[in-house]
Amino acid sequence: MEVIPEEGTIKRYGKPGTGRMRKQSFYDNIAGYLFISPMLILTTTLVIIPILLSGVISFSNWNFVSGLEGFQLVGLDNYTRLMQDESFHRSLINNLIMIAVVPVAMFLALVLAALINKATYFKTFFKVIYFMPFISSFVAIALLWRVLYHPNNGPINGFLRSIGVENPPLWLADPKFALISVMIIMVWTSLGFNMVIYLAGLQNISRDLYEAADVDGASPLRQFFRITLPLLSPTSFFLLITGIVGSFKVFDLIMVLTGGGPAGSTSVIVFYLYEVAFINLESGYASAMGIILLMLILLVTLIQWVGQKKWVNY
Amino acid sequence: MRSIKLSRVIVTLFMGVAGILFIMPFLWMLSASFKPELDVMKYPIQWIPAKWNMVENYKQVWAGAVPFTLYYWNSAKVTLMSTALSLTISAMAAYGFSKIVFKGRDSLFIVVLATFMIPTQAILVPQFIMYRWLGLFDSHIGLVLLAASGVLGTFLLRQFFLGIHDEIIESARIDAAGHWTIFSRIALPLVQPALATYMILRFIWTWNDYQNPLIFLRSDSLFTLQLGIRKFADFSGEFYSLMMAGAVSAILPLLIIFIIGQKQVIEGVAMGSVKG
Repeated sequence: MEVIPEEGTIKRYGKPGTGRMRKQSFYDNIAGYLFISPMLILTTTLVIIPILLSGVISFSNWNFVSGLEGFQLVGLDNYTRLMQDESFHRSLINNLIMIAVVPVAMFLALVLAALINKATYFKTFFKVIYFMPFISSFVAIALLWRVLYHPNNGPINGFLRSIGVENPPLWLADPKFALISVMIIMVWTSLGFNMVIYLAGLQNISRDLYEAADVDGASPLRQFFRITLPLLSPTSFFLLITGIVGSFKVFDLIMVLTGGGPAGSTSVIVFYLYEVAFINLESGYASAMGIILLMLILLVTLIQWVGQKKWVNY
Repeated sequence: MRSIKLSRVIVTLFMGVAGILFIMPFLWMLSASFKPELDVMKYPIQWIPAKWNMVENYKQVWAGAVPFTLYYWNSAKVTLMSTALSLTISAMAAYGFSKIVFKGRDSLFIVVLATFMIPTQAILVPQFIMYRWLGLFDSHIGLVLLAASGVLGTFLLRQFFLGIHDEIIESARIDAAGHWTIFSRIALPLVQPALATYMILRFIWTWNDYQNPLIFLRSDSLFTLQLGIRKFADFSGEFYSLMMAGAVSAILPLLIIFIIGQKQVIEGVAMGSVKG
């Protein structure tokens, strides 16, 4: 597939001068495109064309079972329907609530990272432990927590009863508690990632700063708030944005853990999109939802773009 | 060597307790997978099983009604092929975008980078339709292509290729080496740690992926492990010991890879600051 240039090509035109230069840049153009083409072809066919198609389909009431004849443009109907669809609203609200996972996980991760970085032995051991959920599949994690959360005789409620909680929550079985139960799992799985990034950030802070602060007599707590926290602000900002974007994409966990239930209390946009597209078979409507999701993610990214300059202080 | 400080020991102990609390769910899972069903939900929890039923439980998983070995094999196949393909095309594209000067390179790179923002769920419907038309639906090749279509690897590896000094490339070119030779003989060996990191990450993500197999596979004989354990869980219903044995079996191979390559994984995640 690759053009392996003839070994003599360059030498033959090896005299310095315009001829060689032109030959070289011509060769570079060809080589450049050949090097990127496998990736470019794959991304174009499997990502770029689909997103464009998604945009077109979102203006139709098509479903893929009916074939091309059933394709009918309906203008903005799908989008106006989304505005009135209560299931969509609930999913969107659940997504917005789930954003709360991000700061909580970040805060815990920062505390852990600061302690591990400065005040413990066996750093690697701790890193490995906290990173374990990150490498485990969501299917296995969901199955595990479904049992842990078991309302009658699961170990969590067993523990709560043993310390005197009379009526422990029913967790995933209770519409009021289901979303918070999912969020607890999300904090658990994302803690390791956040911690590792914070640890990397902490290692970049120069020791001299702390030594200087020591000389000035600043307490460790003061050092944390005056040196560590501000210097970590780019890291925090990065984690906040990737965390928010990531929280919009949680599908596997919801799918295996709750299937959106009970009573839609844990449905999120990506899960509702899946239901509409592959169970109700409404391709047009699902595509409109996909476009809205993309817009939301673009919005978050835009905030990042603008915010990076403004809020990251150093 | 600094001397051992008491305060440091205390914090380590404290953090050790926190760490054990943190992985308690995993310990519980492991312990439950060794127990007879009746002991699983007993409280207080028997962390070390009073009665062992390990062999029976794992036999049910591996040699029971659900063909677990087949799912394992399918997952291994899809994951290895995806990783190899993704690594190859990402490395090539990353080299092209960083070390070759050609017309339209930077604007193309921005387009490629922009696709990074597209959530996979937003393109599921068109992908599904295209796959049906192209005959890629319900095939492992289809999954492999999907896993390799991401641009993250290109982006990550490009950062590392950019770190190679242009003089090295230039001097190789004066010695009449073509780009392919420079790429395979000089550039690739220089970014080996980054390649290892991306390889492990791609492996983990593909192995754990549930969404793509769920949507693009129909035949039971093609199911990957993640679909398999879900099916096994539905199949074993309220038999939690079996469910946990299945979950352990699903996590274990990755855990081993992770523990062997933990340095690459953790540093890689920190370096590239990436998330699957």
